[in-house]
Amino acid sequence: MNPTDIQDIVEKSKQTRGGLIGMLQDIQARYSYLPEEALSYISEHTNRSLVDIYGVATFYKSFSLTPRGKHLCSVCLGTACHVRGAPMIAEEFERQLGIKAGQTTKDKEFTLETVNCLGACALGPIVVVDGQYFSNVKTSKVKQILSETREGLDKVEVKTDERIFPVTVSCARCNHSLMDTGYLIDDNPSIRVTVSFERKHGWLRLSSLYGSYSVEAEYEIPLNEVLDFFCPHCHSELSGASECAECGAPMVPMIVRGGGIVQICSRRGCKGHLLNLGGANI
Amino acid sequence: MINLKINGLNVSVDKGTTLLEAAQSIGFPIPTLCHKEGLTPYGACRLCVMEIGEGDRAKLVTSCTYPAEEGLKVRTASRRVLRARRMIIELLLASSPQSKTIQDIAAAHNVKQQRFRQEYEDCILCGLCVRMCKEQMMAGAIGFRGRGQDRSIGTPFDIKSEVCRLCGGCLYVCPVCSLRCTYNQPDKAICGACANLSPPCVEKEPFDDMMCYMEPCVACEIK
Repeated sequence: MNPTDIQDIVEKSKQTRGGLIGMLQDIQARYSYLPEEALSYISEHTNRSLVDIYGVATFYKSFSLTPRGKHLCSVCLGTACHVRGAPMIAEEFERQLGIKAGQTTKDKEFTLETVNCLGACALGPIVVVDGQYFSNVKTSKVKQILSETREGLDKVEVKTDERIFPVTVSCARCNHSLMDTGYLIDDNPSIRVTVSFERKHGWLRLSSLYGSYSVEAEYEIPLNEVLDFFCPHCHSELSGASECAECGAPMVPMIVRGGGIVQICSRRGCKGHLLNLGGANI
Repeated sequence: MINLKINGLNVSVDKGTTLLEAAQSIGFPIPTLCHKEGLTPYGACRLCVMEIGEGDRAKLVTSCTYPAEEGLKVRTASRRVLRARRMIIELLLASSPQSKTIQDIAAAHNVKQQRFRQEYEDCILCGLCVRMCKEQMMAGAIGFRGRGQDRSIGTPFDIKSEVCRLCGGCLYVCPVCSLRCTYNQPDKAICGACANLSPPCVEKEPFDDMMCYMEPCVACEIK
């Protein structure tokens, strides 16, 4: 642990938000857990009692007081995944790794956790490893997922494809098609979603050509604005568990017909995106 | 002044008075567990429930946290209130039957049996000790940790807190504390904590070093 890092985080939050949870999140992002010294430091420098900070840190499940592993495996146990056998997947992970959910392997490689919904119910059972979505996971695939993670997901990850080709996508939650054949962008049916920002709520149409960044929107969207995306059919928020590798904004997952997930960055102007066909080749 | 009706009686109280204070001020007995003068109201034990409003809009509220309102109609012992209160007592008995405070309340309300799975918890999470530590002792050594069924009270990281002065205030206010109830095991009893009170049981072997905040002192009652 580096005290100056924590000092920076505390100082930064004093200048900006000043919230305890924000500070804890920054520390958790930096160290992947909350070291005891960090909590004492916050207590000393922000005039909060240690017991209150500890109470907050233990209340929220996203905070961890024990060191986490290098890779985080989240097994979805939401209703849709549950009925498709997610508990068996979680058990298989526990067996393969030799740990229980919420624990970290001895070699500090894997942390296993169960989550209650990842927002991609149509693809269940879902497993997310280091932000990489694996869809329709079967118990027989668990071993493969783990070995691919050990090798490094970057190697098996589908490389960002520079070629231009159209994709057909649907909502990750309700599986309704998001394609709008009546509105063409780049001479192809556009992808229609609902977005909201600054209390404005309107449609956004994206080019369905993978690699093209053409968009049209009901309202003028300022550059660098992070938008909330919603499905126009089920009105649920299109949000995933991962963040954009380029700018850190939340990624928006959509299902690609034929299997796989495409994720786009929710920040206007950011070109971060990820195409993951067929659940990373498995 | 705010005018309200408690059990049909007209009462005038200052602004900011809680229903519990208003009812007690005119002599209605309201059982409480997590309420103590000098500590902020918390509304955890729910024993002080009262019924407010009329007809379909009547509802149960915790009187220790509900401020008096103009024209409010309050019932402190309606059938609904008594039913709810008996249920709460049963639930308390189900979790901590060994507590003398809870036993006394149960006896006063004629609750002789509870219908749930019996547990023997050391803590009902009423938060008295947390508030005592923070508000009266100005220490903030103990607090709530975790949530849901994992919620517990203790020091951060379960190690001795640097701000704890061993004042024993937490033991003093605790209505359940099993620590005080270990008087039949001298080696396990902690009661050295209350050594700052006059020792009523010094001569009683083997409890010579132990005193207790219990009134009457449990150690003294052992023959």
